[in-house]
Amino acid sequence: MVAPTDDTVLSVEDLSIDFRLRTHILHAVEKVSFELKQGQTLCLVGESGSGKSVTARSLLQIVDRPGRITGGRILLTTEGVVTDIAALSPDSTAMRAIRGRRIGLIFQEPMSSLSPVHTIGSQIIEAIRLHSALDAKAARERMIELLRQVEIAAPEKMADRYTFEYSGGMRQRAMIAMALAGNPDILIADEPTTALDVTTQAEILDLIKRLQVSRGMAMLLITHDMGVVAEVADKVAVMRFGRLVEQGPVDQIYHQPVHPYTSQLLASTVKLTRHAEARPPAVTSGPEPVLSVRNLSKTFGSNGPNAIKAVDDASFDLYPGENLGIVGESGSGKTTLGRLILRTVEPSSGSVLYRDGQGVETDVTRLGRKELRRFHRDVRLVFQDPFASLNPRMTVKEVIGDPLVVNGLARGRALEERVAELMRLVGLDPQAMERYPHAFSGGQRQRIGIARALALDPRIIIADEATSALDVSIRSQILDLLLDLRKRLDLSFLFISHDISVVRYFCDRVAVMHRGRIVEIGDAEQICTAPREAYTRSLISAVPNPDPRDKRMMHRQRFVAATPA
Amino acid sequence: MLGYIFKRLVYMIPTLFGMSLISFLIIQLPPGDYLSSMIATMSDSGQAVDPDEIERLKQIYGFDDPFYIQYVKWIWGILSRGDFGWSFEWNQPVSGLIWARMGSTLVISLLSLLFVWIVALPIGIYSAVRRHSIGDHVFTFLGFIGLAVPNFILALTLMYVAYRYLGQSVGGFFSPEYAEAPWSLAKLWDLLAHLWIPIIIIGASGTAALIRILRANLTDELHKPYVVTARAKGLPEYKVILKYPVRIALNPFVSAIGWVLPHLVSGVTITAIVLNLPTAGPLLFRALVSQDMYLAGSFILLLSALTLVGMLLSDLLLAILDPRIRFN
Amino acid sequence: MTLQENLGPRIDRPLVVADGPSISPLKQGGTVSTATIGPWRLIGRKLLRQKVAMIAGAVILILYLVGLFAEFLAPFLPTTSKPQYTYAPPQAISLFVTNPDGSSDFRPHVKGYRVEIDKVALRRTFVVDETKVVPIGFFVKGPAYHLFGLIPMDRHLIGPLNPADPMYLLGTDRLGRDVFSRLVHGTRVSMSIGLVGVGVSLVLGVVFGAISGFYGGWVDMLIQRVIEVVSAMPTIPLWLGLAAAIPLTWSPLTVYFVITIIVSLLGWTSLAREVRGRFLALRSEDFVTAARLDGSSETRLIFRHILPSLTSHILAVVTLAVPTMIVAETSLSFLGIGLKPPVVSWGVLLQDAQNIRTVATAPWLLIWPSLAVVVAVLSFNFFGDGLRDAADPYDN
Repeated sequence: MVAPTDDTVLSVEDLSIDFRLRTHILHAVEKVSFELKQGQTLCLVGESGSGKSVTARSLLQIVDRPGRITGGRILLTTEGVVTDIAALSPDSTAMRAIRGRRIGLIFQEPMSSLSPVHTIGSQIIEAIRLHSALDAKAARERMIELLRQVEIAAPEKMADRYTFEYSGGMRQRAMIAMALAGNPDILIADEPTTALDVTTQAEILDLIKRLQVSRGMAMLLITHDMGVVAEVADKVAVMRFGRLVEQGPVDQIYHQPVHPYTSQLLASTVKLTRHAEARPPAVTSGPEPVLSVRNLSKTFGSNGPNAIKAVDDASFDLYPGENLGIVGESGSGKTTLGRLILRTVEPSSGSVLYRDGQGVETDVTRLGRKELRRFHRDVRLVFQDPFASLNPRMTVKEVIGDPLVVNGLARGRALEERVAELMRLVGLDPQAMERYPHAFSGGQRQRIGIARALALDPRIIIADEATSALDVSIRSQILDLLLDLRKRLDLSFLFISHDISVVRYFCDRVAVMHRGRIVEIGDAEQICTAPREAYTRSLISAVPNPDPRDKRMMHRQRFVAATPA
Repeated sequence: MLGYIFKRLVYMIPTLFGMSLISFLIIQLPPGDYLSSMIATMSDSGQAVDPDEIERLKQIYGFDDPFYIQYVKWIWGILSRGDFGWSFEWNQPVSGLIWARMGSTLVISLLSLLFVWIVALPIGIYSAVRRHSIGDHVFTFLGFIGLAVPNFILALTLMYVAYRYLGQSVGGFFSPEYAEAPWSLAKLWDLLAHLWIPIIIIGASGTAALIRILRANLTDELHKPYVVTARAKGLPEYKVILKYPVRIALNPFVSAIGWVLPHLVSGVTITAIVLNLPTAGPLLFRALVSQDMYLAGSFILLLSALTLVGMLLSDLLLAILDPRIRFN
Repeated sequence: MTLQENLGPRIDRPLVVADGPSISPLKQGGTVSTATIGPWRLIGRKLLRQKVAMIAGAVILILYLVGLFAEFLAPFLPTTSKPQYTYAPPQAISLFVTNPDGSSDFRPHVKGYRVEIDKVALRRTFVVDETKVVPIGFFVKGPAYHLFGLIPMDRHLIGPLNPADPMYLLGTDRLGRDVFSRLVHGTRVSMSIGLVGVGVSLVLGVVFGAISGFYGGWVDMLIQRVIEVVSAMPTIPLWLGLAAAIPLTWSPLTVYFVITIIVSLLGWTSLAREVRGRFLALRSEDFVTAARLDGSSETRLIFRHILPSLTSHILAVVTLAVPTMIVAETSLSFLGIGLKPPVVSWGVLLQDAQNIRTVATAPWLLIWPSLAVVVAVLSFNFFGDGLRDAADPYDN
């Protein structure tokens, strides 16, 4: 056995993991090798299906069946003693002594990763007592101390609360406290911030990084986000389809990538840090807006202390040929705003003025059923989830053709030709029109959804997080497709997203939403480079920058929201 | 928590109202007026009919009134004086006949519920954790059989087997020598020796159903991220499973009382008719056959109320078990 | 990558490819593209893979065929009683007759009966007499009947060559009626009650469930409360209460339909619940919202987008509801307040097994009708379970 160099704590050699499925064997991980060094962060980066999560789990031997390690070694060095984890039985005492004690693990979904029926404190205490001889009282003190370390306010009180009483960020902090309970030498963080808002992400990454440095731990961070990698990594390993395509120091990966896939991944990410090049002159004056939203509000629940103002007094204009971004974190009301305009959710007050092709103005909030149908022909919606938004029991032809059939616009041969035309327009092969949605990938499904939106020759498209379910390389393709369509079909976009880089790339103007209100609206470039409002500044500065030479997030600006009276 | 209990109690009222309405509908269902038919029967058999008594019954139960007045009178009688009506077959108030029978029904139902839980819990866990093992297949198959055999067929079969091969008659609660004897250890033992057969009969299908529910729920829970978290802490596998997924899969298990109990009460009714157990079943059946409708309707109402109480209990148990319910 | 990222479904790709983790086949042959296969064919394929469910399905089919051709399959009429053969035990069919010289001839037959006097009980009992040979055959002439009530026939699948001979494969009852013939005729009644009952339940359940799930609000509230009340009431006491009110003077056919309705009145709640739950879930699905924004009317939303996704699930629930109906009928008839003689159903047959002493004398009176009930219920459960697993064609 080759003795690893002194500060190497974990060395993975030729690791292979197979999934024996019903019809075939999936080689999820093939001959992957890397090393974790004390005090260093290795980022394992890749898109969905790259095998990065499975790799992380195999280090603790907790790969779900039917997955199995079929080759390679996982050498763990503790105080000079080397153990091959891959050779241990998953249920053995030796393996359990490593879990939590030597290697701590943080997951993506803090909500579902914590038990809903046990208090946060009891779950952490359990982890503490598993790996120490502390009595109940001492363990509780240690638990409170850990909660304090992960910066949870009033830890004595919060320890006895349940998961559902915590916010997303706090849950992840509790999860970190639990991972640290056994004082591990190695911390594995599997997409720890993917489910979080961008400002929370910045705080959690900051916390993890500080804890790692102060404790001298080795860290393996699994992520799909090249921005996050640039902010925290010392070394980077790029995975694709179960194979490690490239690894090296972070600066080298970002500035001298060798493998074409790394370059492409970087290119798609970096592309989204700027505004799209093909940029028509922003038209904010001259023609009248197609859509004027004035004082639009939506209150859920009866008027009273429990009423929630999902959208509060929103006003903006959308001009012909313009891409207006609505950006905000979860719960900001951006999705509701989109639904209010379409009236799939009825507004509480305010007006939505729509100017049709002939310049006739109508107030959407006052339309009857029939007129609303006409409005819905001009203003179309593209959904976030490419799987849920297509009827699984209809062929692509039926899905795209449905709006045409319903509105009596085309039948038979003409319908088929129109569907084919639409499919070509969004970059799909018309020969696939007899197929069912399940036969398509996520990106292709999103194209089908776009084709359906285009079927009625709309003037406005409301895209609700239309690219957030997609991998970064596919995401930029879809954005380019939409930009191209806008030019060709003379469309206006209302682009709702939580992702500032996507909005910056795609939109001409941006409205920033926070707690139901539009806090700032202006030119996209201006919002992203020189925001005026404090909230916007904190939001923009929290976005990770995919360049390790310019770590923006680590010296970001914090925003403490005034609590509403 | 108190607010939650109160809400559940208030929630029961409309359900109880609906049940009483259906029960009264059943009372009213058979054509004709039982009072006149009773008078006819009594005079046929040569018994003296006291016109004052007839008049009194007419007044109390409002036989000449429209449906809804009769209903109100019946309900009011129950609520104000615990008067469930008059049994024309036994010629005494219904309330004098039902309570002992309802008591034994309650005991048997609860014992069966206990049996169902004690058997279903370990088997359900085993089947979920060792999915597709031989043991799982055996239990699954037995479960299917348990679900497929109707209570009364199972009862007849066990009776036949006991009669034929053990030379024992399995009906009733006690052997003849203990039936009238005062309570003693021996009598208790005799009772238990008689009870196990009806409990198995009544519990069989409920057990099978609960095993399947637990197996399905636990199988889902076993793949939840929080289980991986527990494993990643270094907990031994049995603790991982018992402390986390089993705990959460208990929720549907507990809330299953809501439908298991009506099912068990149903089972008690028909099994008791076959095995001639002194519970509500045989008396209800006899009342129905002789169209002694106040007695029958009261039984139906009380048996329904029994399941309602069971549901309340399951709600409370659920709230104790799951903080998410307790706090919302 | 080009604008057209990996066109063509993943399933069509070669075994080792550049657009995903590599895979190895478990067995030769590879996978077939499912890209253009409709949902119903996918469901069918999933169902076909489940052997137990397929066997159960076949059993159900056979039971219904038995019900359909009952007159032809039964050697005797169900009501023909021969007092000279009361409680005659079942006979076994033998194919060969052994001649005195030791050789044997192919001559299908059953053994006849002889009478023994039980000295303790002072009763005549019949025992199978190994020396008496009753020749039997296929497609023999027997009692005349009308197939499907239309075609006059007198051929029976199996029977004694001489119609007057005893051939009681499953024994006889108290009145000397052939249990096998009665069982075959009972199959028709019991299985059809399950089917008709479930049909009524389905209509009620789908209508109320859909109304409840689609319109919500106070309508939903009301229907939910009714369902709650009905499903919280223990079924057997309720069935008993309703069935006991059937006047004795009604004709068997009327009783049959009333019993069906009673049984289904209480069965529709679970169906309605299922339909409502799925409706609610589907109503908030993105693809339904999309269809609404496409301009679809409510009717079109329901029939074009929601119901097709529901049908397979409803089918599964319906299948699983049939056994409840069969058991309900059997229980009621067994207690004597459901179907009554001369109608023959499995429950009516079991009525003869009420007395434990009778069962001890003639266990076949309990065994065969019980077995029929259990096999039918088991088959519906297995088949319904398989259907349920296959109901979602896109769930792996």
